[in-house]
Amino acid sequence: MPEFGSYSLLLALALSVYSFAVGAIVLLRPDWPNAERVGETARRAGMGVFLALSCSMLALIAACYQNDFSVAYIFHHSNKDLPAPYKFSVLWSGQEGSLLFWAWLLSAYGFVMRWRHKVDTRLVAYAGVVVAAVQVFFTLIINLAANPFAMMIGDIPADGNGLNPLLQYPEMVIHPPMLYLGYVGFTIPFAFALGALIMKYPGEKWIHITRRWTMVTWLFLSCGISLGAHWAYSVLGWGGYWGWDPVENASILPWFTGTAFLHSVMMQEKRGMMKMWNMWLIFATFLLAIFGTFLTRSGVVSSVHAFAQSSIGPWFSTFLALIFATCMFFFVRNRGHLKSENKLESLVSRESSFLFNNLVLLAACFAVLWGTLFPVLSEWVQGTKVTVGPPFFNRVMIPITLFLLLLTAMGPLLAWRSTSWESIKRNFTIPAVMAVATAIILIPLGWKPWQEMSQFYSLMAIVLSVLVAATVASEFFRGARVIGEKTGQNVLASMVYLTRRNTRRYGGYIVHLGVVIMIVGFAGQAFNTDTEKELGQGDSMQIGGYTLVLDSYTQDDNPNYGSESAIINVMKGGQKIDTLYPERRLYKASNQPQSMVAVRSTPKEDLYIVYAGQSERDRPIIKAHLNPLVMWVWLGIWVIIFGTGIALVPPTAAVTLKQAVPAHAVAQAGD
Amino acid sequence: MKRALHCLLLAAFCVLALGASDSNSRFNSLGHRMMCMCGCNQILLECNHLGCSYSERMRDELTAGLQRGDADDLVLQGFVQKYGATVLAAPTNVGFNRVAWIMPFAAFGLGILAVVWVVRVWKARQPALAAAGAPPAGADHYRERARKETEL
Repeated sequence: MPEFGSYSLLLALALSVYSFAVGAIVLLRPDWPNAERVGETARRAGMGVFLALSCSMLALIAACYQNDFSVAYIFHHSNKDLPAPYKFSVLWSGQEGSLLFWAWLLSAYGFVMRWRHKVDTRLVAYAGVVVAAVQVFFTLIINLAANPFAMMIGDIPADGNGLNPLLQYPEMVIHPPMLYLGYVGFTIPFAFALGALIMKYPGEKWIHITRRWTMVTWLFLSCGISLGAHWAYSVLGWGGYWGWDPVENASILPWFTGTAFLHSVMMQEKRGMMKMWNMWLIFATFLLAIFGTFLTRSGVVSSVHAFAQSSIGPWFSTFLALIFATCMFFFVRNRGHLKSENKLESLVSRESSFLFNNLVLLAACFAVLWGTLFPVLSEWVQGTKVTVGPPFFNRVMIPITLFLLLLTAMGPLLAWRSTSWESIKRNFTIPAVMAVATAIILIPLGWKPWQEMSQFYSLMAIVLSVLVAATVASEFFRGARVIGEKTGQNVLASMVYLTRRNTRRYGGYIVHLGVVIMIVGFAGQAFNTDTEKELGQGDSMQIGGYTLVLDSYTQDDNPNYGSESAIINVMKGGQKIDTLYPERRLYKASNQPQSMVAVRSTPKEDLYIVYAGQSERDRPIIKAHLNPLVMWVWLGIWVIIFGTGIALVPPTAAVTLKQAVPAHAVAQAGD
Repeated sequence: MKRALHCLLLAAFCVLALGASDSNSRFNSLGHRMMCMCGCNQILLECNHLGCSYSERMRDELTAGLQRGDADDLVLQGFVQKYGATVLAAPTNVGFNRVAWIMPFAAFGLGILAVVWVVRVWKARQPALAAAGAPPAGADHYRERARKETEL
């Protein structure tokens, strides 16, 4: 089976090289005899990469399920007693396997893109060559520098080292694939953008073609990041969900530029503006996705998430340099093609709000990148390494995020081209009053912004979130009122109708709502509390309004791990309201401990209990955290997914028109 | 006299209680400004490794520093001398480290200025463009433009 996998890898490399080289030659020499047929073979070779890499991946998974420890990767990342579902996640738990998975996902995206080549044959041919170039890089790496089928030297071990305990959690089976789908997916909009630039593609059709690709990719990345946060919260046991670790930071960098692109691309579609800017935004997003992969794997920064230090860093840095040089070359050569059709007419307009929105998102991206790389820079400049951790990122990122929230509130109220102050006052008064009223209500409830900066930020975050929610609601109500007057429908039905007619706009607003719900959740962090105590049977500890009583504690054992757990009764107001089971496991193959946190989640707060270990007297040490509003973070993610889903649905009116009336009839009727 | 003594004792208790809570909040604040040095890359007070010898020892040292009555800076300085500069969870505001704090806001500020400048330049060009040549004539152009600008 490993031999089959190895040969499949070689075949994938050969097909990638063929697809790239022949595809490029055909595009450079379209007058070649049989150019079209040869070009078709390049497209099919590109699709063949997917089949070859699928064979390779299946071979690795099969080797894992067969406990074939003659394969070094399987020996290092699996063991006989690993539960079956986690054997599948062995695929992305190490350097070599995860690179194979990266390459496979890329080939899957490439397959779909080439399969749907009839949307624009010539543009897809250009994009196909770009994707093939990226495929050459990844298949080269997995063949030469990080081969997942490398064999063990010497005797074949009887059992493997086991999977990292941190990865033995249900969410870990879906978090990396989601994140990778996001990272890898940006290759497709990048390929279309670079292809369109190279061929001086007329008009904005390439943006229409890539819009769904970009949104789906952005959604995958958002889900991947959120699942990672939820996994950290449930498994790492430190009570938080985001630690500003370099690898976490690497995942959010392309998210910032991707989000900026999703906003500013509307200016190109609607007003033919910001073409150069959008081109560079999508280039930057792809570069940052590759940079994130480089950061995780090169050992440049230290991180608990990073893969083992390896020799593939130079491969990635060379690839990054090559991509940048290629983008720069074609940009300089063809920049005349990217001139704006319109100019900005007013500082107070929807266009300006998009510009500022892009600026803030890029500032956030820069701040995170800067903080992530500053330890390396500091060591280079002053010879000493410094730590850039959560205190730095919180102080820098919170003001930037608050400014972004303010823009999110204002943007929808501004008209395209120019907005009068009267109109702003008219639309903004009610949301502003609601925001101020929120502040007035919150201060007696316990927020003391004059005492601590964290409480000031928390209050501002909630106030601005209310402002955004109110502006979004006013947009829905205004639209629904107009529809209601015309159709006689009630407000709710009018809102549904409105959303179905313009799914992109109103889906986007729902995404904004999801973001502010998440931010309300973040604001709760200012009030986190925790306590730790050694408990004997019947002993209790107090946190917030809860009394935690240790009912009993026990030990268990199975082939994969041994565990210690506590049974804790949660009391409130003298009444038992819940029972929680925090656990600590010791995985046998790797001899590593792992927390299984017990959480009682309510909209107001999370009671988060960690079995921290046993004391010298063999009694459980229990750490309890009270984390307000965390449920809102996860709720916000669901709202974002829902909103993006709506934005991806074609608008009803457009579908109806398409089916019912031919285009020329519409044009004649218009005249 | 007895009442005055009670008041004095109560005041002393309040001061002690205030002091105690202040010491707790200082412990919490300083503990969140330092990293655990066991290699877990976590904030000192958030390190949750079972039997982590570093975090327990460092917490004890922090408590001792506070009990001695050392100022915050002195406590942090002591940790830097013992564990190196990486013990601090964020760069100090001294020397080259100051660049870490300045750059994000400087870049943001410059970005805002650049956007305002670009908008003003584009706005100033607008009348010149209008004078240079009228847009293509015909209702189709305006219809297409209106469709694009109001579609979404």
